[in-house]
Amino acid sequence: MAADVWTALFIAILAAFTGYEVISRVPVLLHTPLMSGSNFIHGIVLVGGIVALGFATTPLEEAIGLLAVIMGAMNVTGGYVVTERILAMFDRSKRPGSHP
Amino acid sequence: MIAWVGTVIDAVYVVAVIAFILGLKAMSSPETARRGILYAGVAMLVAVLVTFATGGLGNFALIALGVFIGGGAGWYWARVVKMTDMPQMVAIFNGMGGGAAAAIAAVELLTSLSAGATTGLSLAGGIIGSISIAGSFIAFSKLQGWLPGKPIVLPARQVVNFAVLVVGVGFGGVAVLVTQSFYLLPFFGLLLLYGILLTLPIGGADMPVVISLFNALTGVAVALDGFALVNGPLGDAGYAMVIAGTLVGAAGSLLTLLMARAMNRSLGNVLFGAFGSGADTGGPVAGSLKPIDVADAAVLMEYSGQVVIAPGYGMAVAQAQQKVKELADALEARGVTVKFAIHPVAGRMPGHMNVLLAEAGVSYDKLFDRDEINPEFAHTDVALVIGANDVVNPAARRTGSALQGMPILDVDQAKNVIVIKRGQGKGFAGIENDLFYKDNCRMLYGDAQHVVAELVQAVKKAP
Repeated sequence: MAADVWTALFIAILAAFTGYEVISRVPVLLHTPLMSGSNFIHGIVLVGGIVALGFATTPLEEAIGLLAVIMGAMNVTGGYVVTERILAMFDRSKRPGSHP
Repeated sequence: MIAWVGTVIDAVYVVAVIAFILGLKAMSSPETARRGILYAGVAMLVAVLVTFATGGLGNFALIALGVFIGGGAGWYWARVVKMTDMPQMVAIFNGMGGGAAAAIAAVELLTSLSAGATTGLSLAGGIIGSISIAGSFIAFSKLQGWLPGKPIVLPARQVVNFAVLVVGVGFGGVAVLVTQSFYLLPFFGLLLLYGILLTLPIGGADMPVVISLFNALTGVAVALDGFALVNGPLGDAGYAMVIAGTLVGAAGSLLTLLMARAMNRSLGNVLFGAFGSGADTGGPVAGSLKPIDVADAAVLMEYSGQVVIAPGYGMAVAQAQQKVKELADALEARGVTVKFAIHPVAGRMPGHMNVLLAEAGVSYDKLFDRDEINPEFAHTDVALVIGANDVVNPAARRTGSALQGMPILDVDQAKNVIVIKRGQGKGFAGIENDLFYKDNCRMLYGDAQHVVAELVQAVKKAP
Protein backbone atom coordinates (compact mmCIF):
# COMPACT_ATOMS: atom_id res chain seq x y z
CA MET A 1 0.00 0.00 0.00
CA ALA A 2 1.29 3.43 -0.87
CA ALA A 3 2.70 5.55 1.91
CA ASP A 4 0.05 8.20 1.36
CA VAL A 5 -2.71 5.75 2.18
CA TRP A 6 -0.99 4.85 5.47
CA THR A 7 -0.65 8.53 6.30
CA ALA A 8 -4.35 8.99 5.55
CA LEU A 9 -5.16 6.05 7.84
CA PHE A 10 -3.27 7.65 10.77
CA ILE A 11 -5.08 10.90 10.10
CA ALA A 12 -8.44 9.12 9.96
CA ILE A 13 -7.88 7.51 13.36
CA LEU A 14 -7.15 10.89 14.93
CA ALA A 15 -10.15 12.43 13.17
CA ALA A 16 -12.41 9.66 14.48
CA PHE A 17 -11.44 10.39 18.10
CA THR A 18 -11.81 14.11 17.45
CA GLY A 19 -15.33 13.64 16.07
CA TYR A 20 -16.30 11.52 19.05
CA GLU A 21 -14.84 13.88 21.65
CA VAL A 22 -16.16 17.06 20.08
CA ILE A 23 -19.82 16.12 20.40
CA SER A 24 -19.76 13.82 23.42
CA ARG A 25 -21.55 16.30 25.64
CA VAL A 26 -24.26 17.59 23.32
CA PRO A 27 -27.71 18.35 24.78
CA VAL A 28 -30.73 16.55 23.27
CA LEU A 29 -32.02 19.93 22.12
CA LEU A 30 -29.19 20.12 19.60
CA HIS A 31 -29.37 16.58 18.22
CA THR A 32 -31.33 17.60 15.13
CA PRO A 33 -29.26 20.69 14.23
CA LEU A 34 -26.08 18.73 14.86
CA MET A 35 -27.19 15.90 12.60
CA SER A 36 -28.05 18.47 9.95
CA GLY A 37 -24.74 20.27 10.46
CA SER A 38 -22.67 17.11 10.16
CA ASN A 39 -24.77 16.27 7.09
CA PHE A 40 -23.49 19.55 5.65
CA ILE A 41 -19.87 18.78 6.55
CA HIS A 42 -19.82 15.52 4.58
CA GLY A 43 -20.79 17.71 1.65
CA ILE A 44 -17.00 17.92 1.22
CA VAL A 45 -17.78 15.01 -1.10
CA LEU A 46 -18.37 17.78 -3.67
CA VAL A 47 -14.59 18.28 -3.78
CA GLY A 48 -14.19 14.61 -4.63
CA GLY A 49 -16.85 14.94 -7.30
CA ILE A 50 -15.01 17.88 -8.85
CA VAL A 51 -11.78 15.88 -8.94
CA ALA A 52 -13.56 12.84 -10.41
CA LEU A 53 -15.22 14.88 -13.14
CA GLY A 54 -12.13 17.04 -13.70
CA PHE A 55 -10.03 13.98 -14.57
CA ALA A 56 -12.74 11.94 -16.29
CA THR A 57 -11.88 10.90 -19.85
CA THR A 58 -14.61 8.64 -21.26
CA PRO A 59 -18.21 9.84 -21.74
CA LEU A 60 -19.41 7.30 -19.17
CA GLU A 61 -16.96 8.61 -16.56
CA GLU A 62 -18.00 12.15 -17.37
CA ALA A 63 -21.68 11.31 -17.00
CA ILE A 64 -21.18 9.63 -13.62
CA GLY A 65 -18.79 12.39 -12.54
CA LEU A 66 -21.37 15.03 -13.43
CA LEU A 67 -23.92 13.12 -11.36
CA ALA A 68 -21.47 13.14 -8.44
CA VAL A 69 -20.96 16.90 -8.73
CA ILE A 70 -24.72 17.60 -8.92
CA MET A 71 -25.51 15.42 -5.92
CA GLY A 72 -22.52 16.72 -3.95
CA ALA A 73 -23.54 20.32 -4.63
CA MET A 74 -27.09 19.55 -3.46
CA ASN A 75 -25.68 18.04 -0.28
CA VAL A 76 -23.65 21.19 0.36
CA THR A 77 -26.23 23.89 -0.29
CA GLY A 78 -29.24 21.97 1.00
CA GLY A 79 -27.37 20.87 4.12
CA TYR A 80 -26.23 24.41 4.84
CA VAL A 81 -29.61 26.07 4.35
CA VAL A 82 -31.49 23.48 6.43
CA THR A 83 -29.02 23.77 9.31
CA GLU A 84 -29.00 27.55 9.13
CA ARG A 85 -32.81 27.68 9.17
CA ILE A 86 -33.05 25.39 12.19
CA LEU A 87 -30.38 27.27 14.14
CA ALA A 88 -31.82 30.67 13.24
CA MET A 89 -34.87 29.76 15.29
CA PHE A 90 -32.91 28.92 18.37
CA ASP A 91 -31.14 32.20 17.98
CA ARG A 92 -34.26 34.30 17.79
CA SER A 93 -35.81 32.77 20.86
CA LYS A 94 -32.69 33.57 22.88
CA ARG A 95 -32.38 37.17 21.77
CA PRO A 96 -32.78 39.55 24.69
CA GLY A 97 -36.20 41.19 24.63
CA SER A 98 -38.02 38.25 23.09
CA HIS A 99 -38.87 37.02 26.57
CA PRO A 100 -42.21 38.46 27.55
CA MET B 1 2.58 24.88 -11.18
CA ILE B 2 4.62 27.42 -9.24
CA ALA B 3 5.77 25.90 -5.96
CA TRP B 4 4.28 28.49 -3.64
CA VAL B 5 0.82 28.13 -5.19
CA GLY B 6 0.79 24.48 -4.12
CA THR B 7 1.82 25.49 -0.60
CA VAL B 8 -0.97 28.04 -0.39
CA ILE B 9 -3.49 25.41 -1.52
CA ASP B 10 -2.23 22.97 1.11
CA ALA B 11 -2.50 25.67 3.77
CA VAL B 12 -6.07 26.47 2.74
CA TYR B 13 -7.10 22.83 3.13
CA VAL B 14 -5.49 22.78 6.59
CA VAL B 15 -7.42 25.89 7.62
CA ALA B 16 -10.62 24.40 6.21
CA VAL B 17 -10.18 21.22 8.24
CA ILE B 18 -9.58 23.22 11.44
CA ALA B 19 -12.72 25.25 10.73
CA PHE B 20 -14.74 22.02 10.24
CA ILE B 21 -13.65 20.74 13.65
CA LEU B 22 -14.27 24.06 15.40
CA GLY B 23 -17.62 24.35 13.64
CA LEU B 24 -18.72 20.92 14.82
CA LYS B 25 -17.56 21.78 18.33
CA ALA B 26 -19.48 25.06 18.30
CA MET B 27 -22.60 23.31 17.05
CA SER B 28 -22.74 21.13 20.15
CA SER B 29 -23.59 24.06 22.45
CA PRO B 30 -26.70 26.27 22.13
CA GLU B 31 -24.80 29.53 22.69
CA THR B 32 -22.37 28.98 19.84
CA ALA B 33 -24.34 26.72 17.50
CA ARG B 34 -25.06 29.33 14.88
CA ARG B 35 -21.44 30.42 14.74
CA GLY B 36 -20.56 26.75 14.17
CA ILE B 37 -22.43 26.35 10.91
CA LEU B 38 -20.89 29.62 9.72
CA TYR B 39 -17.35 28.30 10.38
CA ALA B 40 -18.14 25.09 8.55
CA GLY B 41 -19.73 27.03 5.70
CA VAL B 42 -16.67 29.22 5.17
CA ALA B 43 -14.45 26.13 5.34
CA MET B 44 -16.53 24.43 2.67
CA LEU B 45 -16.46 27.47 0.40
CA VAL B 46 -12.69 27.85 0.45
CA ALA B 47 -12.14 24.09 0.09
CA VAL B 48 -14.28 24.04 -3.05
CA LEU B 49 -12.68 27.21 -4.45
CA VAL B 50 -9.07 26.04 -4.03
CA THR B 51 -9.99 22.75 -5.67
CA PHE B 52 -10.92 24.76 -8.74
CA ALA B 53 -7.64 26.64 -8.55
CA THR B 54 -5.60 23.46 -8.66
CA GLY B 55 -3.97 22.79 -11.99
CA GLY B 56 -4.76 19.91 -14.30
CA LEU B 57 -8.54 19.88 -14.02
CA GLY B 58 -10.48 19.40 -17.21
CA ASN B 59 -14.20 19.55 -17.95
CA PHE B 60 -14.50 22.99 -16.35
CA ALA B 61 -17.76 23.79 -18.08
CA LEU B 62 -19.34 20.52 -16.97
CA ILE B 63 -18.17 21.04 -13.38
CA ALA B 64 -19.60 24.55 -13.31
CA LEU B 65 -22.87 23.26 -14.78
CA GLY B 66 -23.10 20.50 -12.16
CA VAL B 67 -22.39 22.87 -9.27
CA PHE B 68 -24.94 25.32 -10.65
CA ILE B 69 -27.71 22.73 -11.12
CA GLY B 70 -27.14 20.80 -7.90
CA GLY B 71 -26.33 23.82 -5.78
CA GLY B 72 -29.28 25.80 -7.09
CA ALA B 73 -31.72 22.93 -6.63
CA GLY B 74 -30.53 22.19 -3.10
CA TRP B 75 -30.59 25.85 -2.11
CA TYR B 76 -34.05 26.45 -3.51
CA TRP B 77 -35.60 23.29 -2.13
CA ALA B 78 -34.18 23.82 1.35
CA ARG B 79 -35.43 27.45 1.33
CA VAL B 80 -39.04 26.74 0.36
CA VAL B 81 -39.68 23.63 2.45
CA LYS B 82 -41.83 23.99 5.57
CA MET B 83 -40.16 23.67 8.98
CA THR B 84 -42.28 20.58 9.74
CA ASP B 85 -40.68 18.82 6.77
CA MET B 86 -37.11 19.41 7.92
CA PRO B 87 -36.45 15.81 9.06
CA GLN B 88 -36.99 14.38 5.62
CA MET B 89 -34.91 17.18 4.09
CA VAL B 90 -31.94 16.08 6.19
CA ALA B 91 -32.60 12.57 4.91
CA ILE B 92 -32.72 13.57 1.24
CA PHE B 93 -29.64 15.83 1.32
CA ASN B 94 -27.77 13.14 3.20
CA GLY B 95 -28.82 10.67 0.52
CA MET B 96 -27.40 13.03 -2.11
CA GLY B 97 -24.04 12.95 -0.31
CA GLY B 98 -24.15 9.16 -0.24
CA GLY B 99 -25.02 9.07 -3.92
CA ALA B 100 -22.15 11.41 -4.75
CA ALA B 101 -19.79 9.17 -2.77
CA ALA B 102 -21.03 6.10 -4.66
CA ALA B 103 -20.67 7.90 -8.00
CA ILE B 104 -17.09 8.97 -7.19
CA ALA B 105 -16.30 5.37 -6.25
CA ALA B 106 -17.77 4.28 -9.60
CA VAL B 107 -15.52 6.69 -11.51
CA GLU B 108 -12.48 5.52 -9.52
CA LEU B 109 -13.32 1.89 -10.27
CA LEU B 110 -13.87 2.58 -13.98
CA THR B 111 -10.52 4.40 -14.16
CA SER B 112 -8.39 1.75 -12.46
CA LEU B 113 -10.02 -1.63 -12.09
CA SER B 114 -7.09 -3.68 -10.84
CA ALA B 115 -6.56 -5.47 -7.56
CA GLY B 116 -4.99 -3.09 -5.06
CA ALA B 117 -5.55 -1.44 -1.75
CA THR B 118 -7.25 1.66 -3.14
CA THR B 119 -9.52 -0.47 -5.33
CA GLY B 120 -10.76 -2.18 -2.18
CA LEU B 121 -11.33 1.21 -0.56
CA SER B 122 -13.27 2.41 -3.62
CA LEU B 123 -15.42 -0.72 -3.51
CA ALA B 124 -16.11 -0.10 0.18
CA GLY B 125 -16.99 3.53 -0.57
CA GLY B 126 -19.33 2.33 -3.33
CA ILE B 127 -21.01 -0.18 -1.01
CA ILE B 128 -21.64 2.25 1.84
CA GLY B 129 -22.56 5.17 -0.43
CA SER B 130 -25.12 3.06 -2.31
CA ILE B 131 -26.75 1.79 0.89
CA SER B 132 -26.87 5.36 2.20
CA ILE B 133 -28.55 6.92 -0.83
CA ALA B 134 -31.13 4.12 -1.28
CA GLY B 135 -31.93 3.96 2.44
CA SER B 136 -32.18 7.74 2.71
CA PHE B 137 -34.67 7.84 -0.16
CA ILE B 138 -36.87 5.26 1.57
CA ALA B 139 -36.61 7.23 4.84
CA PHE B 140 -37.57 10.39 2.95
CA SER B 141 -40.51 8.66 1.24
CA LYS B 142 -41.84 7.34 4.56
CA LEU B 143 -41.67 10.72 6.28
CA GLN B 144 -43.08 12.52 3.24
CA GLY B 145 -46.02 10.09 3.16
CA TRP B 146 -45.11 8.59 -0.23
CA LEU B 147 -44.79 5.26 1.53
CA PRO B 148 -46.73 4.09 4.59
CA GLY B 149 -44.93 4.90 7.84
CA LYS B 150 -45.66 1.45 9.26
CA PRO B 151 -42.98 -1.20 8.97
CA ILE B 152 -43.22 -3.01 5.62
CA VAL B 153 -42.22 -6.55 6.48
CA LEU B 154 -41.43 -9.02 3.71
CA PRO B 155 -41.26 -12.76 4.35
CA ALA B 156 -37.84 -14.21 5.24
CA ARG B 157 -36.43 -10.71 4.99
CA GLN B 158 -33.34 -11.34 7.14
CA VAL B 159 -32.22 -14.16 4.83
CA VAL B 160 -33.14 -12.34 1.62
CA ASN B 161 -31.48 -9.10 2.72
CA PHE B 162 -28.30 -10.88 3.71
CA ALA B 163 -28.22 -12.76 0.39
CA VAL B 164 -28.67 -9.52 -1.58
CA LEU B 165 -25.81 -7.91 0.35
CA VAL B 166 -23.44 -10.86 -0.08
CA VAL B 167 -24.16 -11.40 -3.78
CA GLY B 168 -23.88 -7.64 -4.43
CA VAL B 169 -20.50 -7.39 -2.74
CA GLY B 170 -19.49 -10.59 -4.56
CA PHE B 171 -20.10 -8.94 -7.93
CA GLY B 172 -17.76 -6.13 -6.87
CA GLY B 173 -15.07 -8.67 -6.05
CA VAL B 174 -15.57 -10.43 -9.39
CA ALA B 175 -15.36 -7.12 -11.28
CA VAL B 176 -11.94 -6.46 -9.75
CA LEU B 177 -10.61 -10.01 -10.17
CA VAL B 178 -11.50 -10.33 -13.85
CA THR B 179 -11.10 -6.56 -14.48
CA GLN B 180 -14.48 -6.40 -16.22
CA SER B 181 -16.30 -3.18 -15.45
CA PHE B 182 -19.57 -4.76 -16.60
CA TYR B 183 -19.89 -6.52 -13.23
CA LEU B 184 -20.01 -3.13 -11.50
CA LEU B 185 -23.56 -2.79 -12.77
CA PRO B 186 -25.05 -5.64 -10.67
CA PHE B 187 -22.68 -4.58 -7.86
CA PHE B 188 -24.23 -1.12 -7.53
CA GLY B 189 -27.73 -2.38 -8.41
CA LEU B 190 -27.85 -4.98 -5.66
CA LEU B 191 -26.38 -2.65 -3.04
CA LEU B 192 -28.99 -0.02 -3.84
CA LEU B 193 -31.60 -2.77 -3.46
CA TYR B 194 -30.06 -3.72 -0.11
CA GLY B 195 -30.39 -0.13 1.12
CA ILE B 196 -34.09 -0.21 0.19
CA LEU B 197 -34.73 -3.61 1.78
CA LEU B 198 -32.88 -2.59 4.95
CA THR B 199 -35.02 0.50 5.47
CA LEU B 200 -38.51 -0.72 4.44
CA PRO B 201 -39.18 -2.72 7.63
CA ILE B 202 -38.30 0.24 9.87
CA GLY B 203 -41.28 2.18 11.22
CA GLY B 204 -41.68 5.95 10.91
CA ALA B 205 -41.10 6.52 14.63
CA ASP B 206 -37.59 5.13 14.35
CA MET B 207 -36.62 7.19 11.32
CA PRO B 208 -34.58 9.80 13.25
CA VAL B 209 -32.19 7.09 14.41
CA VAL B 210 -32.01 5.62 10.92
CA ILE B 211 -31.40 8.99 9.25
CA SER B 212 -28.65 9.68 11.75
CA LEU B 213 -27.12 6.27 10.97
CA PHE B 214 -27.18 6.93 7.22
CA ASN B 215 -25.63 10.32 7.94
CA ALA B 216 -22.73 8.61 9.71
CA LEU B 217 -22.48 6.06 6.88
CA THR B 218 -22.25 8.79 4.25
CA GLY B 219 -19.40 10.30 6.27
CA VAL B 220 -17.59 6.96 6.20
CA ALA B 221 -18.20 6.57 2.45
CA VAL B 222 -16.77 10.06 1.84
CA ALA B 223 -13.69 9.19 3.91
CA LEU B 224 -13.20 5.94 1.95
CA ASP B 225 -13.39 7.87 -1.34
CA GLY B 226 -10.84 10.25 0.11
CA PHE B 227 -8.42 7.36 0.75
CA ALA B 228 -8.60 6.44 -2.91
CA LEU B 229 -7.82 10.03 -3.91
CA VAL B 230 -4.76 10.73 -1.72
CA ASN B 231 -2.49 8.97 -4.23
CA GLY B 232 -4.03 10.85 -7.13
CA PRO B 233 -3.19 14.17 -8.72
CA LEU B 234 -5.11 16.09 -6.06
CA GLY B 235 -3.97 14.29 -2.95
CA ASP B 236 -4.75 17.15 -0.58
CA ALA B 237 -8.42 17.09 -1.56
CA GLY B 238 -8.31 13.42 -0.59
CA TYR B 239 -6.92 14.23 2.87
CA ALA B 240 -9.63 16.86 3.40
CA MET B 241 -12.26 14.25 2.52
CA VAL B 242 -10.69 11.67 4.83
CA ILE B 243 -10.74 14.06 7.77
CA ALA B 244 -14.16 15.62 7.21
CA GLY B 245 -15.72 12.25 6.36
CA THR B 246 -14.25 10.50 9.39
CA LEU B 247 -15.28 13.38 11.66
CA VAL B 248 -18.88 12.97 10.52
CA GLY B 249 -18.65 9.18 10.65
CA ALA B 250 -17.54 9.26 14.30
CA ALA B 251 -19.74 12.13 15.46
CA GLY B 252 -22.71 10.69 13.54
CA SER B 253 -22.25 7.23 15.04
CA LEU B 254 -22.19 8.66 18.56
CA LEU B 255 -25.25 10.77 17.80
CA THR B 256 -27.07 7.68 16.49
CA LEU B 257 -26.36 5.80 19.71
CA LEU B 258 -27.45 8.79 21.83
CA MET B 259 -30.74 8.98 19.93
CA ALA B 260 -31.39 5.24 20.25
CA ARG B 261 -30.65 5.51 23.96
CA ALA B 262 -33.16 8.37 24.34
CA MET B 263 -35.79 5.91 23.11
CA ASN B 264 -34.43 3.14 25.31
CA ARG B 265 -33.76 0.97 22.28
CA SER B 266 -30.63 -0.67 20.97
CA LEU B 267 -29.48 0.12 17.46
CA GLY B 268 -29.84 -3.55 16.47
CA ASN B 269 -33.43 -3.49 17.67
CA VAL B 270 -34.17 -0.38 15.61
CA LEU B 271 -32.61 -1.83 12.45
CA PHE B 272 -33.81 -5.42 12.59
CA GLY B 273 -36.68 -5.40 15.07
CA ALA B 274 -39.48 -4.16 12.75
CA PHE B 275 -40.77 -2.50 15.91
CA GLY B 276 -44.52 -2.52 16.36
CA SER B 277 -45.18 -5.29 13.87
CA GLY B 278 -45.26 -8.06 16.46
CA ALA B 279 -44.58 -7.84 20.22
CA ASP B 280 -47.07 -7.15 22.95
CA THR B 281 -49.13 -4.23 21.76
CA GLY B 282 -51.28 -4.10 24.86
CA GLY B 283 -54.47 -6.00 25.43
CA PRO B 284 -57.87 -4.53 26.17
CA VAL B 285 -57.55 -1.85 28.84
CA ALA B 286 -59.94 -1.43 31.73
CA GLY B 287 -62.04 1.70 31.60
CA SER B 288 -63.48 3.67 28.73
CA LEU B 289 -62.66 6.64 26.53
CA LYS B 290 -64.37 9.75 27.90
CA PRO B 291 -64.87 12.60 25.45
CA ILE B 292 -64.99 16.29 26.42
CA ASP B 293 -66.11 19.27 24.36
CA VAL B 294 -64.23 22.48 23.66
CA ALA B 295 -66.24 24.67 26.04
CA ASP B 296 -65.69 22.38 29.01
CA ALA B 297 -62.03 21.96 28.22
CA ALA B 298 -61.59 25.74 28.00
CA VAL B 299 -63.28 26.30 31.38
CA LEU B 300 -61.15 23.59 32.96
CA MET B 301 -57.99 25.32 31.81
CA GLU B 302 -59.09 28.88 32.56
CA TYR B 303 -59.57 28.08 36.23
CA SER B 304 -56.30 26.21 36.55
CA GLY B 305 -53.21 27.35 38.41
CA GLN B 306 -50.84 25.53 36.10
CA VAL B 307 -51.30 24.01 32.64
CA VAL B 308 -48.61 21.87 31.08
CA ILE B 309 -48.78 21.34 27.33
CA ALA B 310 -47.23 18.15 25.92
CA PRO B 311 -46.96 18.45 22.13
CA GLY B 312 -46.24 15.59 19.75
CA TYR B 313 -46.02 14.85 16.07
CA GLY B 314 -49.78 15.36 15.65
CA MET B 315 -49.27 19.04 16.46
CA ALA B 316 -46.61 19.31 13.76
CA VAL B 317 -48.74 17.53 11.16
CA ALA B 318 -51.70 19.79 11.87
CA GLN B 319 -49.43 22.87 11.77
CA ALA B 320 -50.97 23.84 15.10
CA GLN B 321 -47.90 25.33 16.79
CA GLN B 322 -48.97 28.92 16.10
CA LYS B 323 -52.40 28.31 17.61
CA VAL B 324 -50.82 26.53 20.56
CA LYS B 325 -48.71 29.62 21.22
CA GLU B 326 -51.88 31.76 21.08
CA LEU B 327 -53.57 29.42 23.53
CA ALA B 328 -50.63 29.71 25.91
CA ASP B 329 -50.75 33.51 25.64
CA ALA B 330 -54.51 33.59 26.22
CA LEU B 331 -54.20 31.41 29.31
CA GLU B 332 -51.33 33.45 30.67
CA ALA B 333 -53.35 36.61 30.19
CA ARG B 334 -55.78 35.08 32.67
CA GLY B 335 -53.04 34.36 35.17
CA VAL B 336 -52.53 30.68 34.41
CA THR B 337 -48.96 29.39 34.48
CA VAL B 338 -48.24 27.61 31.19
CA LYS B 339 -45.31 25.29 30.63
CA PHE B 340 -44.34 23.02 27.76
CA ALA B 341 -43.18 19.46 28.36
CA ILE B 342 -40.81 18.35 25.63
CA HIS B 343 -40.10 14.67 25.37
CA PRO B 344 -36.68 14.01 23.84
CA VAL B 345 -38.15 12.02 20.96
CA ALA B 346 -41.47 13.82 20.53
CA GLY B 347 -42.03 14.47 16.85
CA ARG B 348 -39.84 12.90 14.22
CA MET B 349 -36.47 13.98 15.50
CA PRO B 350 -34.94 14.87 18.83
CA GLY B 351 -35.35 18.61 19.24
CA HIS B 352 -38.11 18.72 16.60
CA MET B 353 -40.67 20.18 19.03
CA ASN B 354 -38.24 22.80 20.30
CA VAL B 355 -37.67 23.95 16.76
CA LEU B 356 -41.36 24.17 15.89
CA LEU B 357 -42.35 25.97 19.08
CA ALA B 358 -39.43 28.36 18.77
CA GLU B 359 -40.61 29.12 15.23
CA ALA B 360 -44.07 29.94 16.60
CA GLY B 361 -42.44 32.34 19.06
CA VAL B 362 -42.72 30.34 22.29
CA SER B 363 -39.99 31.53 24.62
CA TYR B 364 -37.10 29.20 25.37
CA ASP B 365 -37.60 29.34 29.13
CA LYS B 366 -41.09 27.84 28.91
CA LEU B 367 -39.79 24.64 27.34
CA PHE B 368 -38.89 21.94 29.84
CA ASP B 369 -37.35 18.59 29.13
CA ARG B 370 -38.57 15.33 30.57
CA ASP B 371 -36.47 15.27 33.74
CA GLU B 372 -37.34 18.86 34.62
CA ILE B 373 -41.09 18.62 34.07
CA ASN B 374 -41.96 15.15 35.37
CA PRO B 375 -41.87 16.12 39.09
CA GLU B 376 -44.19 19.04 38.24
CA PHE B 377 -47.14 17.02 37.00
CA ALA B 378 -48.23 16.15 40.56
CA HIS B 379 -49.16 19.82 41.12
CA THR B 380 -50.40 20.54 37.62
CA ASP B 381 -54.13 21.09 37.18
CA VAL B 382 -54.38 20.29 33.49
CA ALA B 383 -51.95 18.42 31.28
CA LEU B 384 -52.89 19.14 27.66
CA VAL B 385 -51.58 16.47 25.29
CA ILE B 386 -51.62 17.62 21.66
CA GLY B 387 -50.99 14.93 19.10
CA ALA B 388 -48.60 12.94 21.27
CA ASN B 389 -49.22 9.29 21.99
CA ASP B 390 -46.45 6.80 22.71
CA VAL B 391 -44.36 9.29 24.68
CA VAL B 392 -47.17 9.75 27.23
CA ASN B 393 -48.24 6.09 27.43
CA PRO B 394 -47.99 4.83 31.01
CA ALA B 395 -47.84 1.29 29.61
CA ALA B 396 -44.10 1.95 29.43
CA ARG B 397 -43.99 1.45 33.22
CA ARG B 398 -45.60 -2.00 32.90
CA THR B 399 -43.52 -5.13 32.54
CA GLY B 400 -44.10 -6.99 29.28
CA SER B 401 -45.36 -4.04 27.26
CA ALA B 402 -43.62 -3.40 23.95
CA LEU B 403 -42.90 0.08 25.27
CA GLN B 404 -41.48 -1.21 28.55
CA GLY B 405 -38.73 0.98 29.91
CA MET B 406 -39.18 3.78 27.40
CA PRO B 407 -38.85 7.10 29.21
CA ILE B 408 -42.21 8.88 29.16
CA LEU B 409 -43.79 12.13 30.29
CA ASP B 410 -45.80 11.41 33.46
CA VAL B 411 -48.83 13.41 32.30
CA ASP B 412 -51.17 10.88 33.93
CA GLN B 413 -50.14 12.26 37.34
CA ALA B 414 -51.72 15.64 36.63
CA LYS B 415 -55.15 16.29 38.19
CA ASN B 416 -56.77 16.40 34.75
CA VAL B 417 -55.50 15.26 31.39
CA ILE B 418 -56.99 16.49 28.12
CA VAL B 419 -55.86 14.69 24.99
CA ILE B 420 -56.37 16.34 21.61
CA LYS B 421 -56.38 13.61 19.02
CA ARG B 422 -57.54 13.20 15.44
CA GLY B 423 -59.27 9.86 15.94
CA GLN B 424 -59.18 6.73 18.00
CA GLY B 425 -56.11 5.31 16.25
CA LYS B 426 -52.99 4.07 17.95
CA GLY B 427 -49.63 5.80 18.05
CA PHE B 428 -46.68 5.05 15.80
CA ALA B 429 -45.71 2.08 17.89
CA GLY B 430 -49.19 0.66 17.23
CA ILE B 431 -49.79 0.17 20.93
CA GLU B 432 -52.98 0.80 22.91
CA ASN B 433 -52.53 3.83 25.17
CA ASP B 434 -53.45 3.16 28.82
CA LEU B 435 -53.55 6.89 29.49
CA PHE B 436 -56.71 7.44 27.47
CA TYR B 437 -58.65 5.05 29.69
CA LYS B 438 -57.65 6.62 33.00
CA ASP B 439 -60.29 8.27 35.18
CA ASN B 440 -58.65 11.71 35.01
CA CYS B 441 -58.31 11.68 31.22
CA ARG B 442 -60.69 13.28 28.71
CA MET B 443 -60.51 13.01 24.95
CA LEU B 444 -60.98 16.03 22.69
CA TYR B 445 -61.30 14.69 19.15
CA GLY B 446 -60.48 16.70 16.05
CA ASP B 447 -57.74 18.24 13.95
CA ALA B 448 -55.25 19.83 16.37
CA GLN B 449 -55.11 23.22 14.65
CA HIS B 450 -58.89 23.45 14.45
CA VAL B 451 -59.49 22.35 18.03
CA VAL B 452 -56.82 24.58 19.53
CA ALA B 453 -58.14 27.57 17.55
CA GLU B 454 -61.56 26.94 19.08
CA LEU B 455 -60.01 26.66 22.52
CA VAL B 456 -58.30 30.03 22.02
CA GLN B 457 -61.64 31.62 21.09
CA ALA B 458 -63.37 30.03 24.07
CA VAL B 459 -60.68 31.18 26.52
CA LYS B 460 -60.63 34.72 25.11
CA LYS B 461 -64.42 35.05 25.18
CA ALA B 462 -64.76 33.82 28.74
CA PRO B 463 -65.73 36.51 31.23
